[in-house]
Amino acid sequence: MNKAAEVLAASRKITRPTTLEFIDAIFDDFIELHGDRHFADDAAIVGGIATLDGKAVTVVGVQKGHTTQENIHRNFGSPNPEGYRKQMRLMKQAEKFHRPVITFINTSGAYCGIGAEERGQGEAIARCLFETAGLKTPVISIFIGEGGSGGALALACGDKVWMLQNGMYAVLSPEGFASILWRSPARAAEAAELMKITAPDLLANGVIEKIIPEAKEGLEHNLDYTASILKEELVKELHTLCQMDMEELLQKRYERFRKFGEFAE
Amino acid sequence: MNLFKKKNYIILDRRSEAPRPTPEEHEAPAVPDGMWVKCSHCKKLVYKKEMEPYYICPKCGGHFRLGAMERIAITCDENTFSELDGTMHAKNPMGYPNYEKIIAKAQQKSGIQDGVVTGTCQIGGQDTVLAVMDGNFMMGSMGSVVGEKITRAIEYATAHQMPIVIFTVSGGARMQEGIISLMQMAKTSAGLNRHAEAGLFYLSVITDPTTGGVSASFASLGDVILAEPGALMGFAGQRVIEGTINEKLPPGFQRAEFQLEHGFVDAIVPRTQLKDTIARLLALHTQKGGGF
Ligand SMILES: [Zn+2]
Repeated sequence: MNKAAEVLAASRKITRPTTLEFIDAIFDDFIELHGDRHFADDAAIVGGIATLDGKAVTVVGVQKGHTTQENIHRNFGSPNPEGYRKQMRLMKQAEKFHRPVITFINTSGAYCGIGAEERGQGEAIARCLFETAGLKTPVISIFIGEGGSGGALALACGDKVWMLQNGMYAVLSPEGFASILWRSPARAAEAAELMKITAPDLLANGVIEKIIPEAKEGLEHNLDYTASILKEELVKELHTLCQMDMEELLQKRYERFRKFGEFAE
Repeated sequence: MNLFKKKNYIILDRRSEAPRPTPEEHEAPAVPDGMWVKCSHCKKLVYKKEMEPYYICPKCGGHFRLGAMERIAITCDENTFSELDGTMHAKNPMGYPNYEKIIAKAQQKSGIQDGVVTGTCQIGGQDTVLAVMDGNFMMGSMGSVVGEKITRAIEYATAHQMPIVIFTVSGGARMQEGIISLMQMAKTSAGLNRHAEAGLFYLSVITDPTTGGVSASFASLGDVILAEPGALMGFAGQRVIEGTINEKLPPGFQRAEFQLEHGFVDAIVPRTQLKDTIARLLALHTQKGGGF
C-alpha cells in the first residue's frame, strides 16, 4: 500500500475519534444545539456552544459513528441539506454574538438521495460557501478524518484550514476517480496517490495551513495527545485572528480562496 | 459527482452533430449545414436549418443544448459583446495523464479555450457582465480556468457597479485538476458574496444540465434564478443517486419543473423569451427602490 492509500484507510477507520469526542477533549461546557429551523435536525451534523480557555466559541462538525447502528443514525457522516442549514444557522448565530467558529470535518461527502435533492442539497452547500465568505467572525476548520468534495468544503471556507496527520481531502473519492480514469474502482490506491490527498500534499499547495500530529500508537489510543496540541494551537490562532480588524480578516479570507487556480494566458 | 457521463442528448457544436459521437468522429471534418438531426426529446428527425437560431425542436418544443457562442448570439444585442480573458487556458496542476491532449481535443471540438466565455454586453439595451458556460467543453466541468474567468467576471461587475448574468451548464468540478477545482467553488461564491454586499444584481440562468460543484456554488446563488424548460439541475448525478438508494428515479426528477415545484428556481422561461425576460429583470434592477 502506498502512503496515500494508508492515509485514506486510516482516515476512514471506524474507530477513529469523531467530532463529538474532539469537542469533549478540547472544549469545556459544551451545549449541543439542534435543528435547522426549516425542516429537521440532521444527526450527521452536530454543533453548539462551548468554551475554549474560558471564552465562548461555536463548534460545528460532521458526526460519524463507531458502530453500524451509530452510523445509520448519523447517516454515515453524510449530511443532508438540513445539516448544512443547521451549520449555517449556528455560524450566523456565532457572528451575532461575536463568537469565533471552529468546524470539524469528517465526511465522505454530502448525501446523495431523493430527499436531499428535493430539499436543495446544491443550494444548501452553495449558501455555506457564500455566507462563510462574508461571516464577520473568525472561522477555523479542522479535517479530523475524511474530506470528500463539496460536502466537506461547505465546512472548510474559513480563515485557517488545518488537518490531522491522517486526514484527507479530495474533489471526489479515489474510488470514483479510479473508475472514471481507468474504469476500475479497485485501483483506488493508485488514484489516491495521483490525487494528492494527504496533509503534506495539501500543505504544499496551500489548501491547508497546518498539520496536526497524531500519536505513534494511533489517534484512537491517544486522543489527548492530539487534542492538547489542537487546543494550544486554537487558542494561539484565535488570539491572532481576534486581534485583526474585521475588514482585514475578511480581506485575508477572500484572498485565501482567491489564489487557487493554475492557468496560462 | 456527476462527471463526464455520456448521455443520450444531441450536443450541437460547430464540428459534429452526431449523437454521442465517438472520439474518431470528433476529429472528422465539420458536418455541412442543413443536416437532419435526431431530437433527444421526441426522437424524431428534424431539419437543423429550420431550428436556427434557437435550436428548439419544431416537433416537440424540446430545447437542444447550445454552445457558448450560439447562446451569446441569441442573448446579446448585436455587436455589443466584448470578451474578457479570451486567451486564458488550462495548465495541468496535478499532472493528470494526457490532460493536455484532452484539453486540446475539447478546444478543437468546442472552438473555445475552456468551459466558459465571459465578457460585457448589452441585453435589451441594458449593460451587463455575462458569463456563458459551454457543455461542449468537457461537459462544462469547472477547473481553474472556468473558476478564474467567472471570478474575474464577478469582480469586474463589482468594480464597475454592474449586474452579472451567468448561464450555467456543467457536469461539476473538473476532477483532472484535483482539489484545485474544488477550491473554485469557494472562490466564485466568495466573489458573489462581495458582489451582493455591493448591492448588485446577479441573475443565474440554468441550462441543461447543471450539476455537481456548479449547482453547489454560483448556479444556486442568483438573486433570481431562471431555468430553461426541462433543464436538469441537481447536486448529485442521477446514476449516483440510483446507486445509493438502489431504485430507479421518478420521471422528471431534478428537471427545471421539479426545481420550480420545490422552490429552487424562480421561473421556467422558454428560450425564445429568455432575452426579453433577462432585459426586463436587468431594467428593474437598475432602479433604486424606495423612491416614492
Ligand atoms: Zn423533439
